[in-house]
Amino acid sequence: MNVLLDNFPEFRDGFIGTVSITAVSSVIALVLGVLIAGFRVSPVPPLRYFGTAWVTLMRNTPLTLLFLIFFFVVPEILFPGMSPFVLGSLALGFYTSSFVCEAVRSGINTVPLGQAEAARSIGMTFAQTLQIVVLPQATRTVIPPLSSIFIALTKNSAIAGAFSVAELFGWQKLMSDRGYDIVPVFIWVAIGYLIVTFTISGLFRLLERRMEVAR
Amino acid sequence: MSASVLYDAPGPKAVVRNRIYAVVGSLAIAALIAVSIVRLADKGHLAPAMWDIFNYSGIRQNIADALLATLKAFGLAAVGSLVLGVVLVVGRLSDHKPVRWAATTFIELFRSLPLLITIYAIWVGFLTDYSMWALAAGLSVYNGCVQAEVLRAGINSVPKGQSEAAYALGMSKTQVMVSVLMPQAVRSMLPTIIGQLVVTLKDTSLGFIILYPELLQTARLIASNTQVNGQYPYVSTIVVIGTLYIAMCLLLSALATWIEKRGRRAKTGIKVAPGAPAAGIPAVEAVSGPDAGGAGGAGPTADGAGGTGVTKD
Repeated sequence: MNVLLDNFPEFRDGFIGTVSITAVSSVIALVLGVLIAGFRVSPVPPLRYFGTAWVTLMRNTPLTLLFLIFFFVVPEILFPGMSPFVLGSLALGFYTSSFVCEAVRSGINTVPLGQAEAARSIGMTFAQTLQIVVLPQATRTVIPPLSSIFIALTKNSAIAGAFSVAELFGWQKLMSDRGYDIVPVFIWVAIGYLIVTFTISGLFRLLERRMEVAR
Repeated sequence: MSASVLYDAPGPKAVVRNRIYAVVGSLAIAALIAVSIVRLADKGHLAPAMWDIFNYSGIRQNIADALLATLKAFGLAAVGSLVLGVVLVVGRLSDHKPVRWAATTFIELFRSLPLLITIYAIWVGFLTDYSMWALAAGLSVYNGCVQAEVLRAGINSVPKGQSEAAYALGMSKTQVMVSVLMPQAVRSMLPTIIGQLVVTLKDTSLGFIILYPELLQTARLIASNTQVNGQYPYVSTIVVIGTLYIAMCLLLSALATWIEKRGRRAKTGIKVAPGAPAAGIPAVEAVSGPDAGGAGGAGPTADGAGGTGVTKD
């Protein structure tokens, strides 16, 4: 208990750090993932190849290596002096985008072909087919996998702590450097993460219930 | 793309439009790559000297040692996680409430914590001088929990008649588990299990936090200790090490795909879970039954019920 009370400001900052990097990189992953999924199902071959290459590379690279790339290579290409928070969120977002892409793509694939054919045959335009028939059904199947992807993202954000982004893992490291017993520190950090992941799974369950349709 | 939910077979106009998109798209991608290369070359990262360092036998030796260290940790973690997975799933399906309860708590707790946190805590708290064992233990604990859930999904997907028939023959619970349920569960879940092993392999890179000299840690050391033309060869090192990692992971996932194909061919009536999720395989068949694993192609953990920690790495 003392570990927490004596170092509460640092813990609070770490918790806020975890929440904010999770939120920012979730948005990046979602936008990028949907875009790449669009590439992967598009009728344009070069974009499809690009999407496939992206997913293969991102999924088979350890996230830690990706962090190295973002901290040492990307600033050379773009512009130097970006903050660790920005670089960390980009690395996390890019990594997670490949998982989001696959979830979205599988969601689209679960919509039976007949649905789209029926929509076209009653004269719906492409936009209407997407909006009214395909996407609502795809979204519903995508939500459960997305929930686990974002929980994984939260857990992966710990790696950002090792790259000097202020978050909960950084707090754990700091406390053990200060000589506190690791067991209580571990427990508090665990509780911090559990709060975030429980919130995410709760939100998604809510969303799932909202979108539920009797079939 | 002859039959897609999203697009009809293209007519003449759409064919022309798609060609235009193709040209514009490839130009954009090429431009992106070109800009990166030019920027890197400007800063001298692509100079031959930067890549020359890999001709030194010392550095080659370093990389070989690191590769070995990575594989060692991976081997230990693979065995550890599989053993722990079996133990945990047996505990979780036990008839004794306390055992069941303990196993469930263990699984849920360590599955929903970042692996890095666990590894670091084990290292600082228990195995400070043995970073390899700390890394292997952390990986085993986390992946063991995931493997336990994978196995549980496999056991649940075995038709109920199988265990009923076994009980009717007078087998004990242990016998039913060992000779009826487990073999079928492992068989149907093998692709997912190997997919999780790919994740384990990737996660050995977390060893750099606890200063275990594995591939990534060595890459960092090489890049930050050898100065070429007044610069650190991060780009070349990362390219080389990254290629090694990707090659290893792709090999493992190829194994998973191969096993999955074999499983499909055999006519035993047991469904093989779709795809190795961690890999470059489009593992997306999805929804193969209420209890079957790999739900939605997203991760190896089946059962959506768990809620909190349903994740893949």
